[in-house]
Amino acid sequence: MSTASSGIRFDSVTVAYDGNVVLDALDLTVGPGEVMALLGPSGSGKTTALRAVAGFVRPASGRVFLGDRDVTGLPPYRRGIGMVVQQYALFPHMRVADNVAFGLKARKVPKAEIRTRVAEALDMTGMGAYARRHPRELSGGQQQRVAIARALAIRPDVLLLDEPLSALDAQLRSGMLAELARLHRELPDVSILYVTHDQVEALTLADRIAVMDKAKLRACGTPTELYRAPADAFTASFVGGANLLPVTVGTGGVSFGDAEIKADTGGVARGASATLCVRPHLVGLGDGPNRLTGTVREIQWRGSTHRLYVDVGGHRVMADLRELKAPPVHGESVSLHFAPEDAVLLPAGVSAGEE
Amino acid sequence: MWALFLVLFLPLFALPLLVVLGASFATHWSGVLPSGLTTAHYEAATRGEALEALTTSLVTATTASLLALATGTWAALAAAALKQRHRKALDALFVLPLAVPSVVVGLATLVAFSQPPMLLNGTRWIVIVAHSVLVTAFAHQSVSAALARLDPAYEQAAASLGASPAYVLWRVKLPLLLPSLTAAAGLCFALSMGELSATMMLYPPDWTPLPVLIYAATDRGALFTGSAVAVVLMTATLLVLLAVSRIRTRASYR
Repeated sequence: MSTASSGIRFDSVTVAYDGNVVLDALDLTVGPGEVMALLGPSGSGKTTALRAVAGFVRPASGRVFLGDRDVTGLPPYRRGIGMVVQQYALFPHMRVADNVAFGLKARKVPKAEIRTRVAEALDMTGMGAYARRHPRELSGGQQQRVAIARALAIRPDVLLLDEPLSALDAQLRSGMLAELARLHRELPDVSILYVTHDQVEALTLADRIAVMDKAKLRACGTPTELYRAPADAFTASFVGGANLLPVTVGTGGVSFGDAEIKADTGGVARGASATLCVRPHLVGLGDGPNRLTGTVREIQWRGSTHRLYVDVGGHRVMADLRELKAPPVHGESVSLHFAPEDAVLLPAGVSAGEE
Repeated sequence: MWALFLVLFLPLFALPLLVVLGASFATHWSGVLPSGLTTAHYEAATRGEALEALTTSLVTATTASLLALATGTWAALAAAALKQRHRKALDALFVLPLAVPSVVVGLATLVAFSQPPMLLNGTRWIVIVAHSVLVTAFAHQSVSAALARLDPAYEQAAASLGASPAYVLWRVKLPLLLPSLTAAAGLCFALSMGELSATMMLYPPDWTPLPVLIYAATDRGALFTGSAVAVVLMTATLLVLLAVSRIRTRASYR
């Protein structure tokens, strides 16, 4: 299929149910062959955006383009989109091969070609040996592979994945994540819109991540941009987890309570209040630059790391430390530090919840 | 648990049926048990007039069930696409034949189809129409209940794969509804086989269903012959229901 005209474009798409806006003027472009993750908590409008592309919700205003084709008014079956949903939705009365062949039969593809394309799609997902089974005879992970094979068999330009891994257990999930990454390498021309609430999935798979909250697009960028230099507090805390400290900007640094912290203040005016974002794994224990002292409120052993929750002047600071030989105990007074270049100053005040 | 079941089941359910079964073999019943056992009633009940009535009942019930299933399913599918308020109105409309006494349905059918342009009075069709009206409510109810339980994800997955609404209906929705459709068909069939009150007002001389024959037999005092015909009616209905339930077992996937 044509690659020049693939990709997805949202042009100020607004969706409302009974006057309740669930997607507010979304502008977003997914390039040909790009993997875009729509990341956000439930109710953020990410699934609605995906369903607007599929054609299951009709925007109140704005247009949806697939390539250069305006599909806003087209019914779902005329859009030529592959879609995989969380609950698989395999047809229970059809064998695996018939499930995969469904889209091809509906499009009246010649029989001989259907056979080769079904075999191809099943091989690609590693399900070739299960063609004669019924969906109920497969495990969750296998069903999800069949669902992906079914969506790929019609050779779509655009693949929509709606929380495809959230019904799987943790171990299967990381396996399927690798599998999806491999599929994308094998199909470099397919644009993928990947809806998830899991930042690990988004960081692993996506070329770019669109962070959504409360029906709005909050930030869009590569995983590195969003992680290293988040634009706002919500993005910072949702992508990767973050310490968000309310600070007052000074010269060459900021003040956090009594502590003076060295950090790049960028263009923020002196005296303004701002939020300092520090990733928990960049916080160290003991003396060092940008020292903060506080009391240990909680300590969690996570195998390879210890997570410390330290109360610093009434604010909770998280630190992820490589497994400690002699971890501090609850109530102990400790010092934390972090390098000035590891802190990012966000102009807005603290607005989002912490992890 | 079992004792309670037997205490309730025997007198309410099994005994009346056993009495009919006993009576169908009897020539006298003056003591506790029937006496003068004979199969003569069955000879009468399986040939001539009775055999014709059995065919009449089977044809009526099959035709009425299929008509009711088609109309009821169609209406349920159409209602699913409507807005909540309109759907409620349509549902209420289809339950109406259940709420109205069947004698009234019979009378209404008689009045409606006794003059042109739809002159059905005096033909078998007026019986079939009345039966269809009476059982459509059941077909509609069970299909709309099944539709409400059907996960919209199947329909959406099919549509995203490029299947038109008609293709989705034939290849996905109806196959998934098949268990409920057969259940509804069996229910409609059984109800139609036993229908008497509306049929009494409508049946033409050449289209006498079995219940009417049973009524006529008991009315003229031939209780034992009537019992034999009743057992034939029961057996025929049960056999058909058994066949339908076998289809249903094969049609349920999960």
